[in-house]
Amino acid sequence: MDLVIDFQNAVFISDGYPVLTGVNMEVRTGEVIHLRGSNGAGKTSLLRAMVGLIPIKSGKAIVLGHDLASDRFDVRKDAGLLGHLSFLYDDLTILDNLRFIQRISRRPKDSVADAIRRVNITDKLAKTKVGRLSTGQRKRTALAALLIRDYRLWLLDEPHAGLDEHGRYLVDQLILDFQSEKGTVVIASHELERAMAVSSRSVIISGGSIIAAENFVDQTLRDAPDRYLGADESTIANWKAKEGSFDVA
Amino acid sequence: MWRDAFLVMQKDMKIELKSKVVVNQVLPFGLVVIFLFGLAIGKVNTSALVTAGSNLSNGGALKDASAGLFWLAVTMSAIIGVQRSFAIETQDQARDALRLSALDPAGIFLGKAGALLIQLAVLELVLGLCASFLFGMHIVTLWLFLLAALLASISLCGVGVVYGALASGARTRETLLPLLFFPVIAPVLLSATKACEAAIVGNPASGMIWIEILAVFSLCYLTLGIAAFGSLLEE
Repeated sequence: MDLVIDFQNAVFISDGYPVLTGVNMEVRTGEVIHLRGSNGAGKTSLLRAMVGLIPIKSGKAIVLGHDLASDRFDVRKDAGLLGHLSFLYDDLTILDNLRFIQRISRRPKDSVADAIRRVNITDKLAKTKVGRLSTGQRKRTALAALLIRDYRLWLLDEPHAGLDEHGRYLVDQLILDFQSEKGTVVIASHELERAMAVSSRSVIISGGSIIAAENFVDQTLRDAPDRYLGADESTIANWKAKEGSFDVA
Repeated sequence: MWRDAFLVMQKDMKIELKSKVVVNQVLPFGLVVIFLFGLAIGKVNTSALVTAGSNLSNGGALKDASAGLFWLAVTMSAIIGVQRSFAIETQDQARDALRLSALDPAGIFLGKAGALLIQLAVLELVLGLCASFLFGMHIVTLWLFLLAALLASISLCGVGVVYGALASGARTRETLLPLLFFPVIAPVLLSATKACEAAIVGNPASGMIWIEILAVFSLCYLTLGIAAFGSLLEE
């Protein structure tokens, strides 16, 4: 499988502060990666860095073949970010927002109707201004926007947050559907059970660095934390102290 | 680039048509400014206000300053328009959406400037009529006035969008924008005032030099915006 994300000792700077230090991470086509870590560990920063929103200072960072050191703009044609906020215009209706996205991404007109159908937005709701929507409805609209774009990589920051049970199931289903179409997904989430259910691998971040990785397919890795990245027990103990919530499911 | 510019302009105009912020807030602000200028410089004649065709002017002073006051009111209103133009991008992190949209930054710049230009044209029309009524500002050479207004508006929009993008990334964006905007726009304000004064007295020959200056500024600010907007958006 092709490498979709290839970070080697990547350091990213935001406002003069190194938000990510020495990130090493490899993600291959079709993988669904669960990004774990405590608040402020750097999950959101890592997702933003992957789509070129945070400039790289040193190291290697290649996403979908785009070297972020020399070109952090073109990757945005192929990688989509679903953030804490929905990146929508409050004064426009759901339909207006999605039509704008469809036009700027040069997608067919029926992609809007298809996306609306897939996230279960009714025709009546589609004519409502985004500013009047609930958090869950906004999230569904943002998901529809993601579906309209012809992305190869989804970067989802807390995709289940604010959604009801049906919405959460919908997110899981969309992720699995995207994966079946050879899409690659990185999910940053505190909802371990939900995220693990759709992920093939977990990556743990703390203090702006990747400190561990876990392959869900290989159960022995879950039961033997000392095998994480080949680290010894004292290193694992240090990680646990830093991480706070470093308990392997 | 042009397609992207059109889409962004269309989006900004649609947002304005739905929210009506320029019509309901920026325009009344401009009218209040014009009226306050009249009160500050002219001798208030409230009985004259109710008389058709009368104005606030006490004669020459207000009429002489009318072009300058008009452009000051337009510039102050334009600042609010620019802040609004970028406020819609900071709501719900929509600024990141623009960055992630993979649209040509030059197209985004031209689109936002284009939408602002349309809004400013409406503003100038209403404020111009108001100034004409209150200050006794009668334009003899209309084409010169319109040309000056067009070029000055292009400059205002170009500078506004450049500095609006720069300030929108800052936490102190509300206070930073006027601080950046006014010094840079001062030569445009001066040139537009002089050109419009020439249009009011009907002396196009003396106004043409200011038109040329305005044309140079418009070109410079547009070029700067097209070249630098991508970097500014990323800051």
